Amino acid sequence: MTMDHRWHYLDTVRSAMSLVVYPLQLVVDLSTTPLRSISNYFSSRTALLEQVETLRTRQTLLDAQLQRMVTLEAENRRLRRLLHSSRETRQKTQVAEIIAVDLDPFSRQVVINKGSSDDVFPGQPLLDANGVMGQVVHVGPFSSTALLITAPSHATPVQVNRNGLRAIAMGTGAPNRLDLPFIPNNADIRVGDILVTSGLGGRFPPGHPVATISRVENLPSRPYARVEATPTANLDGIREVLLVWTTSVSPSPEGITGTTEATGQNRPVP
Amino acid sequence: MMPTHPYSWLIIITTFVVALAVTLFPVPVMLDPLRPDWVALVLIYWIIALPHRVGVGTAWLAGIFQDAATGTLLGQQAMGLAVVAYLVLLLHQRIRNYPVWQQAIIVMIFIALFRVIGAWVLGVIGRPADFSYWLPAVTSMLAWPLVFLLLRHIRRRYHVV
Repeated sequence: MTMDHRWHYLDTVRSAMSLVVYPLQLVVDLSTTPLRSISNYFSSRTALLEQVETLRTRQTLLDAQLQRMVTLEAENRRLRRLLHSSRETRQKTQVAEIIAVDLDPFSRQVVINKGSSDDVFPGQPLLDANGVMGQVVHVGPFSSTALLITAPSHATPVQVNRNGLRAIAMGTGAPNRLDLPFIPNNADIRVGDILVTSGLGGRFPPGHPVATISRVENLPSRPYARVEATPTANLDGIREVLLVWTTSVSPSPEGITGTTEATGQNRPVP
Repeated sequence: MMPTHPYSWLIIITTFVVALAVTLFPVPVMLDPLRPDWVALVLIYWIIALPHRVGVGTAWLAGIFQDAATGTLLGQQAMGLAVVAYLVLLLHQRIRNYPVWQQAIIVMIFIALFRVIGAWVLGVIGRPADFSYWLPAVTSMLAWPLVFLLLRHIRRRYHVV
């Protein structure tokens, strides 16, 4: 039975069962709403005003950046056409909500309130405002389960934004740590470097921030350095997430094992 | 002897559903590894109380639903609960006569066994369990008197026999 699941023979069964369990998950989610509204009620007026102020500043800042972004995007498209490059980066996104249920604490998964009725597919990337969160692993009719990038069985193909060094960010199971194995000791990588998706696994669209390097330790006795990173996405405290449909990323039916294998081939050569 | 309540099945199922809902209820990240195995506790109670109605099959069904709800491999918790149910079924007459605190110790052993089976499955799929994985055995022991007294009250109140 367990073995069956490993090769994904039982996906339809799981999808049907998620339909049965979904109402229960919704009820649990709803029952937490009063708790949240109570905490809102008690947050003081000054704190709210402060929040409004910071949000307003950020909004202005982002608007200014967006103006530049529009011109840059147009320029980028024009240059790409000059180069006859066909890589299309247009994306369709949809906001999904994380249902407030706690799953098995060791598998680092979340339930979202969109399923196959909203064209969600297995392997679909999940983002939040700050970066990559994970990918969808099981799709039910109205809900789906997503694996976070910090899950021990998840590997994200990344590259260093500064110099394009490719790497794999493996989940550790700890809520705020990613490991980068197979980084040679003499590689140009520093604390504070931003890791973005490289798009090599064919699963995540390229160029989304994933993590910031938090620790680099050279181990002269080992072939590879110890490199740790902190995810930029707010993996624990967020409710709204973005589902992304990219035209260049085709829905592939094989599950998470496929990703791990695909990324395994992209190890940087020392 | 009083006849059983006509909707007694419904009452048993409701207790399982409530246990599953409590299992899913979000708690702060720090407390998450301490969560008792509510479904397993409810299951052990019903087997001790009504071994002719609740058995290995019920355990397996409850486990499958818990698997689907908590996102573990389908069958992982079902197998653990079925094994525990079988052992409880063998020993139910002895456990029934123990005082509650002694039952709690037995329950801790059963929950630990349930977790051993889960750890074995996790090990097979390459996700070894760490220390915090075993904490629910202890918290389940502490939660047992509460579950026992509450369910006994429900059982007597609604004449579930």
